[in-house]
Amino acid sequence: MSQPLLQVDDLTTTLHVREGALRILDGVTFSLSGGERLGIVGESGAGKTMTALSMTRLLRIPGAEVSGRVLLDGTDLLQLRRRDVRRLLGARIGMIFQNPLNSLNPAMTVGAQISEAIRTHERVSRREAWERATRLLEEVQLPSPARSAHDYPHRLSGGMRQRVVIAMALACQPGLLIADEPTTALDVTTQAEIVDLIFALAEVRGMSVILITHDLALMAGFADRIVVLHRGRVVEEGSVRSIYASPRDGYTRALISSVARLAPPAWRGGP
Amino acid sequence: MSVDVSEGRSFQIDPAAPEPRSIVLPARGVLLRRLVADPTALAGLVIVTLAVLVALLAPWIAPHDPARQNVMNRYAPPSAEHWLGTDNLGRDEFSRMVLGARTSVLTTLAIGAGVLTIGIVVGTLSGYVGGILDGLIMRIVDLLLAFPPLLLALVVTGVLGPGLLNLAIAMIGVYWLSYARLVRGLVLAMRERDFVEGARALGLSGRRIATRHILPNVVGPILAVATLRTGQLLLILAALSFLGLGVRPPTPEWGAMLSEGQRYLASAPQLMIYPGIAIAVVALGFNLLGDGLRDVLDPTLR
Repeated sequence: MSQPLLQVDDLTTTLHVREGALRILDGVTFSLSGGERLGIVGESGAGKTMTALSMTRLLRIPGAEVSGRVLLDGTDLLQLRRRDVRRLLGARIGMIFQNPLNSLNPAMTVGAQISEAIRTHERVSRREAWERATRLLEEVQLPSPARSAHDYPHRLSGGMRQRVVIAMALACQPGLLIADEPTTALDVTTQAEIVDLIFALAEVRGMSVILITHDLALMAGFADRIVVLHRGRVVEEGSVRSIYASPRDGYTRALISSVARLAPPAWRGGP
Repeated sequence: MSVDVSEGRSFQIDPAAPEPRSIVLPARGVLLRRLVADPTALAGLVIVTLAVLVALLAPWIAPHDPARQNVMNRYAPPSAEHWLGTDNLGRDEFSRMVLGARTSVLTTLAIGAGVLTIGIVVGTLSGYVGGILDGLIMRIVDLLLAFPPLLLALVVTGVLGPGLLNLAIAMIGVYWLSYARLVRGLVLAMRERDFVEGARALGLSGRRIATRHILPNVVGPILAVATLRTGQLLLILAALSFLGLGVRPPTPEWGAMLSEGQRYLASAPQLMIYPGIAIAVVALGFNLLGDGLRDVLDPTLR
Protein backbone atom coordinates (compact mmCIF):
# COMPACT_ATOMS: atom_id res chain seq x y z
CA MET A 1 0.00 0.00 0.00
CA SER A 2 1.29 3.42 -0.87
CA GLN A 3 2.23 5.84 1.82
CA PRO A 4 -0.36 8.57 2.50
CA LEU A 5 0.64 12.17 1.73
CA LEU A 6 -0.19 13.22 5.23
CA GLN A 7 -0.47 11.06 8.29
CA VAL A 8 -1.51 12.69 11.54
CA ASP A 9 -1.03 10.39 14.51
CA ASP A 10 -2.22 11.00 18.03
CA LEU A 11 -1.93 14.78 17.71
CA THR A 12 -2.39 16.12 21.21
CA THR A 13 -2.19 19.76 22.22
CA THR A 14 -2.05 20.67 25.86
CA LEU A 15 -2.28 24.19 27.23
CA HIS A 16 -0.45 24.66 30.47
CA VAL A 17 -2.25 27.38 32.31
CA ARG A 18 -2.07 28.47 35.91
CA GLU A 19 -5.02 26.29 36.87
CA GLY A 20 -3.43 23.20 35.39
CA ALA A 21 -3.22 21.45 32.05
CA LEU A 22 -5.95 21.87 29.51
CA ARG A 23 -6.09 19.32 26.72
CA ILE A 24 -7.51 21.07 23.70
CA LEU A 25 -6.66 18.32 21.22
CA ASP A 26 -6.75 14.74 22.35
CA GLY A 27 -5.21 12.10 20.13
CA VAL A 28 -6.41 13.47 16.79
CA THR A 29 -5.59 10.91 14.12
CA PHE A 30 -6.34 10.93 10.43
CA SER A 31 -4.62 10.51 7.11
CA LEU A 32 -4.87 11.94 3.67
CA SER A 33 -3.70 10.53 0.37
CA GLY A 34 -2.57 12.45 -2.68
CA GLY A 35 -5.37 14.31 -4.44
CA GLU A 36 -7.85 13.56 -1.70
CA ARG A 37 -10.22 16.14 -0.22
CA LEU A 38 -10.71 15.77 3.49
CA GLY A 39 -13.21 17.72 5.52
CA ILE A 40 -12.83 18.49 9.19
CA VAL A 41 -16.14 19.46 10.76
CA GLY A 42 -17.23 20.31 14.25
CA GLU A 43 -18.82 23.09 16.19
CA SER A 44 -17.00 26.20 17.38
CA GLY A 45 -14.35 25.29 19.90
CA ALA A 46 -14.16 21.67 18.76
CA GLY A 47 -10.50 22.14 17.89
CA LYS A 48 -10.67 22.48 14.12
CA THR A 49 -8.43 25.49 13.86
CA MET A 50 -6.24 24.17 16.68
CA THR A 51 -5.67 21.05 14.61
CA ALA A 52 -4.59 23.10 11.59
CA LEU A 53 -2.29 25.31 13.64
CA SER A 54 -0.81 22.49 15.73
CA MET A 55 -0.08 20.41 12.65
CA THR A 56 1.80 23.18 10.94
CA ARG A 57 3.66 24.45 13.99
CA LEU A 58 1.90 27.79 13.68
CA LEU A 59 0.38 27.62 17.15
CA ARG A 60 1.91 30.52 19.04
CA ILE A 61 0.32 30.34 22.43
CA PRO A 62 2.71 30.50 25.35
CA GLY A 63 2.46 27.31 27.39
CA ALA A 64 1.07 25.18 24.56
CA GLU A 65 2.60 21.77 24.09
CA VAL A 66 2.03 19.71 20.96
CA SER A 67 2.78 16.00 20.84
CA GLY A 68 2.16 13.14 18.43
CA ARG A 69 3.32 12.80 14.84
CA VAL A 70 2.50 14.74 11.70
CA LEU A 71 4.09 12.98 8.77
CA LEU A 72 4.17 14.85 5.49
CA ASP A 73 5.67 12.47 2.91
CA GLY A 74 7.27 10.66 5.80
CA THR A 75 8.82 13.73 7.45
CA ASP A 76 7.56 14.48 10.94
CA LEU A 77 6.75 18.18 11.04
CA LEU A 78 6.72 18.16 14.82
CA GLN A 79 10.35 17.03 14.93
CA LEU A 80 11.70 19.55 12.43
CA ARG A 81 13.61 22.66 13.39
CA ARG A 82 11.67 25.90 12.99
CA ARG A 83 13.81 26.94 10.08
CA ASP A 84 13.01 23.72 8.24
CA VAL A 85 9.30 24.03 8.97
CA ARG A 86 9.41 27.48 7.39
CA ARG A 87 10.87 25.97 4.25
CA LEU A 88 7.85 23.68 3.95
CA LEU A 89 5.16 26.22 4.78
CA GLY A 90 4.09 28.03 1.67
CA ALA A 91 6.14 25.71 -0.52
CA ARG A 92 4.56 22.32 0.16
CA ILE A 93 1.67 23.32 2.41
CA GLY A 94 -0.53 26.22 1.42
CA MET A 95 -2.87 27.73 3.95
CA ILE A 96 -5.98 29.86 3.73
CA PHE A 97 -7.42 31.46 6.81
CA GLN A 98 -10.85 32.54 7.89
CA ASN A 99 -11.03 36.21 7.28
CA PRO A 100 -10.08 37.36 3.80
CA LEU A 101 -10.67 40.97 4.78
CA ASN A 102 -7.74 40.85 7.16
CA SER A 103 -5.59 38.23 5.50
CA LEU A 104 -3.78 40.68 3.25
CA ASN A 105 -1.25 43.31 4.19
CA PRO A 106 -2.94 46.70 3.67
CA ALA A 107 0.40 48.34 2.90
CA MET A 108 1.44 46.14 -0.02
CA THR A 109 -0.09 45.64 -3.46
CA VAL A 110 -1.56 42.18 -3.96
CA GLY A 111 0.91 41.47 -6.75
CA ALA A 112 3.80 42.29 -4.43
CA GLN A 113 2.39 39.98 -1.77
CA ILE A 114 2.07 37.05 -4.15
CA SER A 115 5.52 37.75 -5.61
CA GLU A 116 6.92 37.76 -2.12
CA ALA A 117 5.40 34.34 -1.43
CA ILE A 118 7.07 33.01 -4.59
CA ARG A 119 10.44 34.61 -3.93
CA THR A 120 10.50 33.31 -0.38
CA HIS A 121 10.78 29.77 -1.65
CA GLU A 122 12.15 30.02 -5.15
CA ARG A 123 15.08 31.83 -6.67
CA VAL A 124 13.40 33.79 -9.40
CA SER A 125 13.75 37.37 -10.57
CA ARG A 126 11.33 40.05 -9.44
CA ARG A 127 9.95 40.35 -12.92
CA GLU A 128 9.37 36.62 -13.26
CA ALA A 129 7.71 36.46 -9.83
CA TRP A 130 5.45 39.32 -10.81
CA GLU A 131 4.49 37.61 -14.05
CA ARG A 132 3.71 34.43 -12.18
CA ALA A 133 1.66 36.42 -9.68
CA THR A 134 -0.41 37.87 -12.52
CA ARG A 135 -0.93 34.41 -13.97
CA LEU A 136 -2.05 33.14 -10.58
CA LEU A 137 -4.53 35.99 -10.29
CA GLU A 138 -5.84 34.97 -13.67
CA GLU A 139 -6.09 31.38 -12.51
CA VAL A 140 -8.20 32.36 -9.50
CA GLN A 141 -10.41 34.28 -11.91
CA LEU A 142 -9.80 37.78 -10.68
CA PRO A 143 -11.14 40.24 -13.24
CA SER A 144 -8.35 42.08 -15.11
CA PRO A 145 -5.50 40.37 -13.24
CA ALA A 146 -2.69 42.44 -14.74
CA ARG A 147 -4.24 45.62 -13.39
CA SER A 148 -5.46 44.16 -10.09
CA ALA A 149 -1.92 43.07 -9.29
CA HIS A 150 -1.11 46.74 -8.76
CA ASP A 151 -4.07 47.27 -6.45
CA TYR A 152 -3.91 47.55 -2.70
CA PRO A 153 -6.20 45.10 -0.88
CA HIS A 154 -8.67 47.77 0.25
CA ARG A 155 -9.70 48.30 -3.36
CA LEU A 156 -10.88 44.70 -3.68
CA SER A 157 -14.10 43.14 -2.43
CA GLY A 158 -14.14 40.35 0.15
CA GLY A 159 -14.55 37.64 -2.45
CA MET A 160 -11.80 39.09 -4.60
CA ARG A 161 -9.49 39.28 -1.62
CA GLN A 162 -10.14 35.67 -0.79
CA ARG A 163 -9.19 34.83 -4.38
CA VAL A 164 -5.92 36.68 -3.86
CA VAL A 165 -5.33 34.74 -0.65
CA ILE A 166 -5.90 31.51 -2.56
CA ALA A 167 -3.45 32.67 -5.22
CA MET A 168 -0.86 33.33 -2.51
CA ALA A 169 -1.42 29.91 -0.95
CA LEU A 170 -0.99 28.23 -4.34
CA ALA A 171 1.96 30.38 -5.44
CA CYS A 172 4.56 27.64 -5.00
CA GLN A 173 2.38 24.72 -6.10
CA PRO A 174 1.98 23.03 -2.73
CA GLY A 175 0.81 19.43 -2.66
CA LEU A 176 -1.46 20.14 0.28
CA LEU A 177 -3.83 23.01 0.87
CA ILE A 178 -5.31 23.64 4.29
CA ALA A 179 -8.35 25.90 4.11
CA ASP A 180 -9.64 26.97 7.50
CA GLU A 181 -13.21 28.27 7.15
CA PRO A 182 -12.30 29.94 3.85
CA THR A 183 -15.82 31.19 3.26
CA THR A 184 -17.10 32.17 6.68
CA ALA A 185 -16.84 35.91 6.19
CA LEU A 186 -18.33 35.88 2.71
CA ASP A 187 -21.92 36.06 1.54
CA VAL A 188 -23.63 32.90 0.35
CA THR A 189 -23.19 33.25 -3.40
CA THR A 190 -19.53 34.15 -3.00
CA GLN A 191 -19.10 31.22 -0.63
CA ALA A 192 -20.20 28.80 -3.31
CA GLU A 193 -17.93 30.46 -5.89
CA ILE A 194 -14.90 30.24 -3.65
CA VAL A 195 -15.49 26.60 -2.75
CA ASP A 196 -16.00 25.72 -6.41
CA LEU A 197 -12.79 27.54 -7.23
CA ILE A 198 -10.81 25.63 -4.62
CA PHE A 199 -12.35 22.39 -5.87
CA ALA A 200 -11.43 23.14 -9.48
CA LEU A 201 -7.88 24.24 -8.66
CA ALA A 202 -7.34 21.13 -6.57
CA GLU A 203 -8.55 18.94 -9.44
CA VAL A 204 -6.31 20.61 -11.99
CA ARG A 205 -3.24 20.47 -9.79
CA GLY A 206 -3.89 17.08 -8.23
CA MET A 207 -3.60 18.80 -4.89
CA SER A 208 -4.86 17.37 -1.60
CA VAL A 209 -7.11 19.66 0.39
CA ILE A 210 -8.11 19.80 4.02
CA LEU A 211 -11.23 21.92 4.32
CA ILE A 212 -12.18 23.02 7.78
CA THR A 213 -15.72 24.23 8.26
CA HIS A 214 -18.77 24.09 10.45
CA ASP A 215 -20.97 24.20 7.37
CA LEU A 216 -22.07 20.63 6.68
CA ALA A 217 -23.94 21.53 3.52
CA LEU A 218 -20.84 23.11 2.05
CA MET A 219 -18.81 20.10 3.07
CA ALA A 220 -21.16 17.58 1.52
CA GLY A 221 -20.49 18.87 -1.96
CA PHE A 222 -16.77 19.14 -1.49
CA ALA A 223 -15.07 16.43 0.51
CA ASP A 224 -14.35 12.78 -0.21
CA ARG A 225 -13.93 11.96 3.42
CA ILE A 226 -14.92 13.64 6.66
CA VAL A 227 -13.45 13.78 10.13
CA VAL A 228 -15.85 14.88 12.84
CA LEU A 229 -14.21 16.64 15.76
CA HIS A 230 -15.85 17.15 19.10
CA ARG A 231 -14.13 18.59 22.16
CA GLY A 232 -10.70 17.96 20.69
CA ARG A 233 -11.36 14.35 19.72
CA VAL A 234 -12.13 12.61 16.48
CA VAL A 235 -15.56 11.12 17.11
CA GLU A 236 -16.18 9.79 13.65
CA GLU A 237 -14.38 9.40 10.36
CA GLY A 238 -15.59 8.09 7.05
CA SER A 239 -16.78 8.86 3.56
CA VAL A 240 -19.23 11.72 3.12
CA ARG A 241 -21.94 9.35 1.95
CA SER A 242 -21.67 6.96 4.86
CA ILE A 243 -21.52 9.66 7.50
CA TYR A 244 -24.40 11.72 6.15
CA ALA A 245 -26.53 8.65 5.48
CA SER A 246 -25.90 6.76 8.68
CA PRO A 247 -23.94 8.63 11.33
CA ARG A 248 -22.79 6.17 13.98
CA ASP A 249 -21.80 8.63 16.65
CA GLY A 250 -24.39 10.44 18.72
CA TYR A 251 -22.65 13.76 18.33
CA THR A 252 -22.49 13.48 14.56
CA ARG A 253 -26.21 12.73 14.48
CA ALA A 254 -26.88 15.80 16.58
CA LEU A 255 -24.65 17.90 14.34
CA ILE A 256 -26.39 16.75 11.18
CA SER A 257 -29.87 17.19 12.58
CA SER A 258 -28.95 20.71 13.63
CA VAL A 259 -28.62 21.78 10.01
CA ALA A 260 -31.51 24.01 9.06
CA ARG A 261 -33.56 22.54 6.26
CA LEU A 262 -35.64 24.27 3.64
CA ALA A 263 -38.90 22.75 4.78
CA PRO A 264 -42.07 24.23 3.37
CA PRO A 265 -42.74 27.15 5.71
CA ALA A 266 -45.86 26.67 7.80
CA TRP A 267 -47.05 30.18 7.08
CA ARG A 268 -46.99 29.84 3.33
CA GLY A 269 -50.38 30.69 1.97
CA GLY A 270 -51.05 32.40 5.27
CA PRO A 271 -54.33 33.29 6.89
CA MET B 1 -48.57 37.43 -0.26
CA SER B 2 -45.88 34.85 0.09
CA VAL B 3 -42.45 36.28 -0.16
CA ASP B 4 -39.58 33.91 -0.62
CA VAL B 5 -37.02 35.90 1.30
CA SER B 6 -36.20 32.78 3.25
CA GLU B 7 -34.77 31.07 0.21
CA GLY B 8 -31.26 32.33 0.60
CA ARG B 9 -30.74 35.07 3.06
CA SER B 10 -31.84 33.48 6.27
CA PHE B 11 -29.11 30.89 5.90
CA GLN B 12 -26.34 33.38 5.83
CA ILE B 13 -24.44 32.52 8.95
CA ASP B 14 -21.86 35.19 9.23
CA PRO B 15 -22.30 38.58 7.64
CA ALA B 16 -19.02 40.02 6.43
CA ALA B 17 -17.19 41.33 9.42
CA PRO B 18 -16.57 45.07 9.35
CA GLU B 19 -13.10 45.94 8.29
CA PRO B 20 -11.04 47.12 11.23
CA ARG B 21 -9.49 50.56 10.92
CA SER B 22 -6.19 50.39 9.21
CA ILE B 23 -3.43 52.71 10.25
CA VAL B 24 -1.48 52.47 7.08
CA LEU B 25 0.30 55.48 5.66
CA PRO B 26 -1.61 56.87 2.68
CA ALA B 27 0.17 57.49 -0.58
CA ARG B 28 2.51 60.47 -0.43
CA GLY B 29 0.50 62.77 -2.65
CA VAL B 30 -2.70 62.11 -0.74
CA LEU B 31 -1.02 62.79 2.58
CA LEU B 32 0.29 66.16 1.43
CA ARG B 33 -3.03 67.15 -0.12
CA ARG B 34 -4.94 66.39 3.06
CA LEU B 35 -2.36 68.27 5.15
CA VAL B 36 -2.68 71.36 3.01
CA ALA B 37 -6.48 71.19 3.28
CA ASP B 38 -6.26 71.58 7.06
CA PRO B 39 -5.39 75.20 7.97
CA THR B 40 -3.66 74.38 11.26
CA ALA B 41 -1.62 71.63 9.71
CA LEU B 42 -0.77 73.89 6.79
CA ALA B 43 0.47 76.58 9.20
CA GLY B 44 2.63 73.98 10.92
CA LEU B 45 3.92 72.71 7.60
CA VAL B 46 4.83 76.22 6.46
CA ILE B 47 6.63 77.09 9.70
CA VAL B 48 8.58 73.84 9.80
CA THR B 49 9.50 74.03 6.12
CA LEU B 50 10.68 77.64 6.53
CA ALA B 51 12.68 76.79 9.64
CA VAL B 52 14.37 73.88 7.91
CA LEU B 53 15.08 75.92 4.78
CA VAL B 54 16.61 78.76 6.81
CA ALA B 55 18.66 76.22 8.76
CA LEU B 56 19.96 74.57 5.61
CA LEU B 57 20.66 77.80 3.71
CA ALA B 58 21.88 79.80 6.72
CA PRO B 59 25.39 80.64 5.44
CA TRP B 60 23.90 82.08 2.26
CA ILE B 61 21.10 83.95 3.99
CA ALA B 62 23.14 85.59 6.75
CA PRO B 63 24.35 89.02 5.55
CA HIS B 64 27.22 89.24 8.06
CA ASP B 65 29.69 87.01 9.84
CA PRO B 66 27.83 86.16 13.04
CA ALA B 67 31.05 86.08 15.04
CA ARG B 68 32.52 89.42 13.90
CA GLN B 69 32.44 91.88 16.76
CA ASN B 70 32.26 95.64 16.54
CA VAL B 71 32.55 97.32 19.91
CA MET B 72 31.88 100.70 18.34
CA ASN B 73 28.40 99.61 17.32
CA ARG B 74 26.88 97.77 20.28
CA TYR B 75 23.11 97.50 20.93
CA ALA B 76 22.39 99.16 17.60
CA PRO B 77 18.71 99.47 16.74
CA PRO B 78 17.38 97.76 13.60
CA SER B 79 18.66 99.40 10.40
CA ALA B 80 19.12 98.64 6.74
CA GLU B 81 22.61 97.37 7.57
CA HIS B 82 21.62 95.35 10.63
CA TRP B 83 18.01 94.18 10.22
CA LEU B 84 17.60 93.20 13.84
CA GLY B 85 20.26 95.51 15.24
CA THR B 86 23.42 94.33 16.99
CA ASP B 87 24.07 92.55 20.27
CA ASN B 88 26.19 93.30 23.33
CA LEU B 89 29.39 92.71 21.32
CA GLY B 90 28.20 94.55 18.24
CA ARG B 91 27.57 91.33 16.28
CA ASP B 92 24.79 91.31 13.67
CA GLU B 93 21.73 89.91 15.47
CA PHE B 94 19.94 88.78 12.29
CA SER B 95 22.93 86.74 11.13
CA ARG B 96 23.20 85.19 14.56
CA MET B 97 19.53 84.27 14.55
CA VAL B 98 19.83 82.67 11.10
CA LEU B 99 22.91 80.66 11.99
CA GLY B 100 21.33 79.88 15.34
CA ALA B 101 18.51 78.26 13.41
CA ARG B 102 21.08 76.03 11.77
CA THR B 103 22.40 74.83 15.11
CA SER B 104 19.06 74.61 16.91
CA VAL B 105 16.83 73.16 14.19
CA LEU B 106 19.32 70.80 12.56
CA THR B 107 20.53 69.46 15.91
CA THR B 108 16.93 68.94 16.97
CA LEU B 109 16.20 67.04 13.76
CA ALA B 110 19.32 64.93 14.22
CA ILE B 111 18.29 64.10 17.78
CA GLY B 112 14.77 63.36 16.57
CA ALA B 113 16.09 60.98 13.92
CA GLY B 114 18.31 59.34 16.53
CA VAL B 115 15.57 58.68 19.07
CA LEU B 116 13.21 57.56 16.30
CA THR B 117 15.70 55.03 14.95
CA ILE B 118 16.58 53.59 18.34
CA GLY B 119 12.94 53.63 19.42
CA ILE B 120 11.77 51.78 16.30
CA VAL B 121 14.52 49.17 16.42
CA VAL B 122 14.19 48.49 20.14
CA GLY B 123 10.40 48.70 20.15
CA THR B 124 10.04 46.35 17.20
CA LEU B 125 12.46 43.85 18.71
CA SER B 126 10.63 44.02 22.00
CA GLY B 127 7.17 43.76 20.52
CA TYR B 128 7.84 41.22 17.81
CA VAL B 129 10.30 38.86 19.45
CA GLY B 130 8.57 39.11 22.81
CA GLY B 131 9.35 36.71 25.63
CA ILE B 132 12.40 37.25 27.80
CA LEU B 133 13.88 39.91 25.52
CA ASP B 134 10.67 41.93 25.72
CA GLY B 135 10.58 41.61 29.51
CA LEU B 136 14.20 42.67 29.81
CA ILE B 137 13.92 45.67 27.49
CA MET B 138 10.70 46.89 29.06
CA ARG B 139 12.06 46.64 32.61
CA ILE B 140 15.08 48.71 31.56
CA VAL B 141 12.74 51.25 29.98
CA ASP B 142 10.57 51.28 33.10
CA LEU B 143 13.61 51.83 35.27
CA LEU B 144 14.92 54.72 33.19
CA LEU B 145 11.48 56.28 32.88
CA ALA B 146 11.36 56.44 36.66
CA PHE B 147 13.83 59.35 36.47
CA PRO B 148 12.79 62.76 35.22
CA PRO B 149 14.21 62.77 31.68
CA LEU B 150 15.44 66.36 31.81
CA LEU B 151 17.40 65.63 34.97
CA LEU B 152 18.81 62.47 33.42
CA ALA B 153 19.89 64.34 30.31
CA LEU B 154 21.46 66.98 32.55
CA VAL B 155 23.43 64.39 34.48
CA VAL B 156 24.59 62.54 31.36
CA THR B 157 25.80 65.77 29.75
CA GLY B 158 27.48 66.67 32.98
CA VAL B 159 29.37 63.40 32.93
CA LEU B 160 30.25 63.60 29.23
CA GLY B 161 31.15 67.28 29.49
CA PRO B 162 29.30 70.16 27.84
CA GLY B 163 29.24 70.57 24.08
CA LEU B 164 26.68 70.19 21.34
CA LEU B 165 27.61 66.61 20.40
CA ASN B 166 27.58 65.39 23.99
CA LEU B 167 24.29 67.14 24.61
CA ALA B 168 22.79 65.45 21.56
CA ILE B 169 24.08 62.06 22.68
CA ALA B 170 22.65 62.60 26.17
CA MET B 171 19.27 63.61 24.79
CA ILE B 172 19.10 60.65 22.41
CA GLY B 173 20.09 58.38 25.28
CA VAL B 174 17.21 59.64 27.38
CA TYR B 175 14.38 60.33 24.96
CA TRP B 176 14.24 57.09 22.94
CA LEU B 177 12.48 55.40 25.85
CA SER B 178 8.95 56.52 25.24
CA TYR B 179 9.29 55.84 21.51
CA ALA B 180 10.28 52.26 22.22
CA ARG B 181 7.16 51.94 24.33
CA LEU B 182 4.91 53.37 21.66
CA VAL B 183 6.40 51.26 18.87
CA ARG B 184 6.22 48.12 20.97
CA GLY B 185 2.53 48.66 21.65
CA LEU B 186 1.72 49.22 17.98
CA VAL B 187 3.79 46.21 16.91
CA LEU B 188 2.12 44.00 19.50
CA ALA B 189 -1.31 44.93 18.19
CA MET B 190 -0.24 44.44 14.58
CA ARG B 191 1.40 41.09 15.32
CA GLU B 192 -1.97 39.55 16.06
CA ARG B 193 -3.50 40.60 12.77
CA ASP B 194 -4.53 37.87 10.35
CA PHE B 195 -2.22 38.92 7.56
CA VAL B 196 0.78 38.51 9.82
CA GLU B 197 -0.40 35.00 10.61
CA GLY B 198 -0.81 34.50 6.88
CA ALA B 199 2.73 35.66 6.21
CA ARG B 200 3.96 33.17 8.78
CA ALA B 201 1.96 30.41 7.09
CA LEU B 202 3.73 31.28 3.85
CA GLY B 203 7.05 30.54 5.50
CA LEU B 204 8.36 34.11 5.64
CA SER B 205 11.19 34.79 8.05
CA GLY B 206 10.58 36.71 11.23
CA ARG B 207 12.79 39.57 10.11
CA ARG B 208 10.94 39.89 6.85
CA ILE B 209 7.56 39.84 8.58
CA ALA B 210 8.70 42.54 11.00
CA THR B 211 10.18 44.84 8.37
CA ARG B 212 7.79 44.33 5.47
CA HIS B 213 4.49 43.45 7.07
CA ILE B 214 4.45 45.03 10.51
CA LEU B 215 6.54 48.21 10.34
CA PRO B 216 4.94 49.74 7.23
CA ASN B 217 1.60 49.41 8.94
CA VAL B 218 2.63 51.30 12.05
CA VAL B 219 4.74 54.15 10.61
CA GLY B 220 1.72 56.45 10.35
CA PRO B 221 1.05 56.96 14.05
CA ILE B 222 4.77 56.86 14.80
CA LEU B 223 5.37 59.66 12.34
CA ALA B 224 2.65 61.82 13.89
CA VAL B 225 3.97 61.33 17.41
CA ALA B 226 7.54 61.87 16.25
CA THR B 227 6.64 65.26 14.78
CA LEU B 228 4.92 66.30 18.00
CA ARG B 229 7.92 65.18 20.01
CA THR B 230 10.32 67.09 17.78
CA GLY B 231 8.77 70.30 19.06
CA GLN B 232 9.48 69.19 22.60
CA LEU B 233 13.03 68.20 21.70
CA LEU B 234 13.63 71.69 20.33
CA LEU B 235 12.48 73.19 23.64
CA ILE B 236 14.56 70.78 25.70
CA LEU B 237 17.64 71.40 23.57
CA ALA B 238 17.16 75.14 24.04
CA ALA B 239 16.67 74.70 27.78
CA LEU B 240 19.83 72.65 28.22
CA SER B 241 21.78 75.08 26.04
CA PHE B 242 20.39 77.90 28.14
CA LEU B 243 21.91 76.15 31.14
CA GLY B 244 25.27 76.20 29.35
CA LEU B 245 25.49 72.54 28.39
CA GLY B 246 25.37 73.06 24.65
CA VAL B 247 27.45 75.02 22.18
CA ARG B 248 30.56 76.89 23.09
CA PRO B 249 30.65 80.59 22.27
CA PRO B 250 30.79 82.18 19.81
CA THR B 251 28.69 79.60 17.93
CA PRO B 252 25.17 80.99 17.81
CA GLU B 253 22.36 78.79 19.12
CA TRP B 254 18.95 80.05 20.21
CA GLY B 255 19.05 78.63 23.73
CA ALA B 256 22.56 79.94 24.29
CA MET B 257 21.64 83.35 22.85
CA LEU B 258 18.73 83.47 25.26
CA SER B 259 21.13 82.79 28.09
CA GLU B 260 23.61 85.44 26.94
CA GLY B 261 20.88 88.01 26.43
CA GLN B 262 19.58 87.44 29.94
CA ARG B 263 22.34 89.63 31.40
CA TYR B 264 21.20 92.60 29.33
CA LEU B 265 17.50 92.05 29.89
CA ALA B 266 16.97 95.49 31.39
CA SER B 267 18.90 97.49 28.77
CA ALA B 268 18.44 95.39 25.62
CA PRO B 269 15.44 93.05 26.04
CA GLN B 270 15.36 92.34 22.28
CA LEU B 271 18.42 90.08 22.71
CA MET B 272 16.18 87.68 24.63
CA ILE B 273 13.00 88.37 22.75
CA TYR B 274 14.27 87.36 19.28
CA PRO B 275 15.58 83.90 20.16
CA GLY B 276 12.65 83.41 22.55
CA ILE B 277 10.13 84.06 19.81
CA ALA B 278 12.05 81.91 17.33
CA ILE B 279 12.09 78.93 19.69
CA ALA B 280 8.41 79.29 20.53
CA VAL B 281 7.32 79.68 16.91
CA VAL B 282 9.29 76.73 15.57
CA ALA B 283 8.17 74.51 18.46
CA LEU B 284 4.60 75.58 17.75
CA GLY B 285 5.12 74.73 14.09
CA PHE B 286 6.17 71.18 14.94
CA ASN B 287 3.21 70.81 17.29
CA LEU B 288 0.70 72.02 14.71
CA LEU B 289 2.18 69.79 12.04
CA GLY B 290 2.17 66.83 14.41
CA ASP B 291 -1.47 67.40 15.33
CA GLY B 292 -2.34 67.79 11.68
CA LEU B 293 -0.53 64.61 10.74
CA ARG B 294 -2.36 62.74 13.45
CA ASP B 295 -5.71 63.96 12.18
CA VAL B 296 -4.85 63.17 8.59
CA LEU B 297 -3.62 59.70 9.43
CA ASP B 298 -6.55 58.91 11.69
CA PRO B 299 -9.74 60.00 9.96
CA THR B 300 -11.92 58.93 12.89
CA LEU B 301 -10.54 61.83 14.94
CA ARG B 302 -11.90 64.42 12.54
